[in-house]
Amino acid sequence: MTDIAIKVEDVSKLYRLGLQEQMHESLGGAVVSFLRSPLRNFRRLRSLSTFTADDSDAADVIWALRDLSLEVDQGEVLGIIGSNGAGKTTLLKILAGITEPSHGRAVVNGRIASLLEVGTGFHSDLTGRENVYLNGTILGMTKREIDARFDEIVAFSGVERFLDTPVKRYSSGMRVRLAFAVAAHLEPEILLIDEVLSVGDAEFQRKCMGKMGEVAGAGRTVLFVSHSMNAVKTLCTRACWLKAGRVQSVGVPLDVVAEYLEEAIRPETTREWKAESTADDDQMIRLTGTRVRPRGEQRILMGEPYGLEFTFVKTTDLPFGLDLTFHLVDEMGTLVFVGSTVLDRESWRVGEGTFTATVEVPENLMNEGVYSVARVLFLKDKGSVLCEQRDVLRFEVVNPGEGRLGWIGGKKEGVVRPRFLWRLDHTGPTPLEAG
Amino acid sequence: MTVRERRRGWRSLDLGELVAYRDLFFFLVVRDVKVLYKQTVLGLGWAILRPLFGMVVFSVVFGRLAKVPSDGLPYPLFSYTALVPWTYFQTAIIASTNSLIAGSQLISKVYFPRIVVPMAPVVAGLLDFAIAMSVLAVLMFYYGVAPTASFVFLPILVLIMVLTAAGVGLWLSVLAIQYRDVRFAVQFVAQFLMYAAPVVWPASLIPPEYRLAYGLYPMAGVIEGFRSAILGETAMPWDLLAVGSVSALVVFLVGALYFRRTERILADVI
Repeated sequence: MTDIAIKVEDVSKLYRLGLQEQMHESLGGAVVSFLRSPLRNFRRLRSLSTFTADDSDAADVIWALRDLSLEVDQGEVLGIIGSNGAGKTTLLKILAGITEPSHGRAVVNGRIASLLEVGTGFHSDLTGRENVYLNGTILGMTKREIDARFDEIVAFSGVERFLDTPVKRYSSGMRVRLAFAVAAHLEPEILLIDEVLSVGDAEFQRKCMGKMGEVAGAGRTVLFVSHSMNAVKTLCTRACWLKAGRVQSVGVPLDVVAEYLEEAIRPETTREWKAESTADDDQMIRLTGTRVRPRGEQRILMGEPYGLEFTFVKTTDLPFGLDLTFHLVDEMGTLVFVGSTVLDRESWRVGEGTFTATVEVPENLMNEGVYSVARVLFLKDKGSVLCEQRDVLRFEVVNPGEGRLGWIGGKKEGVVRPRFLWRLDHTGPTPLEAG
Repeated sequence: MTVRERRRGWRSLDLGELVAYRDLFFFLVVRDVKVLYKQTVLGLGWAILRPLFGMVVFSVVFGRLAKVPSDGLPYPLFSYTALVPWTYFQTAIIASTNSLIAGSQLISKVYFPRIVVPMAPVVAGLLDFAIAMSVLAVLMFYYGVAPTASFVFLPILVLIMVLTAAGVGLWLSVLAIQYRDVRFAVQFVAQFLMYAAPVVWPASLIPPEYRLAYGLYPMAGVIEGFRSAILGETAMPWDLLAVGSVSALVVFLVGALYFRRTERILADVI
């Protein structure tokens, strides 16, 4: 028992979304709804903090963590990876005591400090010196501990000259350096760090990584959430991949990172969404499925057109103007283009029913690579958003073989790969060489 | 060894943890004091001007026009003596109510005993209170009023005042996190509470048979007590203070326990 620093047993965490705004179909409906809103708001706000047994499957409840178990040994540096919303931060928050698990328990052996953000509690009207003390005590240090390390903290931050200047006059870089300096001088037995090294300039990041290595080397237990696979591979002794609130895999960082990366780019060319609870359902449009066409193809050939299908249910006969917009991003998350009926045609006006919208993407548009439909939006009368779905489809565009350049060191040669028309004209004779 | 699991029901105040975090509390108070008048021209002068301005308005409206009785005292002195504790009380409960919302960033990112957040403005307000008190000395000199021996009871009055403000502040602050309506409502509540307190009128207007019931409102005894201790025209209202200190203690304990019970959901509903 003594050499286990953290033991997480079947921890679950439920969050209620519950604060979505509603749409009204008419002015009358809006007025009635406005008059009834205090009662509804009260129920909704109250429900934010109350869960009953059968709430777990309700539509507006999400499981940030689901029956998660994990053990961390003392002295271990555990890297936690996973896509956004996988529950990484929630796990840290539960361990730190910021929030309580809905079910299960976690046992923490030793003094714990968390660094979920750099510079929590910094007040811009206070001086650097005052903020060091405020931030330090917020992170759990006593005044005496800060006194003892004050000079070290200041030296590490490199802002000696501005110690008595209000922090609002600092550049953002200086602010971050000072804040990190305080955090770096925390000396807990267990340290929880959430994606904080991604701030600051390159030199400062190197300094931080050095400090992290130092902390890890000193035999302290560190839980480290990161999107930087390199940091996880170099700093951590073990890695844990969280997916949808569960542990997907734990083990040697190299292996876990490889596994994670492989899935992150796995194509997903057909998606379906279950109908949500219909009680008190004000949603007029619901996306039920999306597909890449030709059906079942995970790879799109660069020289061929392809289609994207969006199937949706319209639950009202109101003949408002309906528009569909989607965002296409590449594997780096860069927006490649936005496709929208708003740009290309007049709005659809249809009654209720199930519809499938198909958009044809022309051939020879994108270079090879993995692309995602990151967002789909349905708009009412070119204005309000009726329905939004993120992370919808992922597919790969491949080059069937011919015409590869291959002289930029294997790197991708741009996001788009249009077919150009070329022409060569003979525009004159060879000039006579001078002299 | 710490266990993180879902806790239900009422919880004790956990004084040990509060002691461990006393430095944080100290720096939060310092922050509140330093930040309040930063980048203002008058600075701490506002601590004097706010009750002074109230005194001028009340003296004209209630003293001159409405001719509200003032137990034989000059009305400006009568109202200012009440406005000093009242301004503290009102500022403290409003600042305390808003403190958790203002500190939501802290609460969702770090663990510490949450109770220090709404308590800090209650303590920080005491500086303004002390400054406003010193102006009272000037006014007394001007009107030729000498303090009485019951001046020594002031610390008791201050304690009741702080306990009440803390209790109300703790309760409202945690309520305001879940129901932001409280932020707006507290403005009206404060207004109402002021007219309910003997700020612009003397408690001697209350019929004797209701006097003890009136004492349940802790600020009644506190404000009358201030007048007695400083101006000496009336006797120290021990009856009001006895009832008031019990209800102040109840308000504080209920506020603190309610806070402890509800704080576990703070980070989730912010």
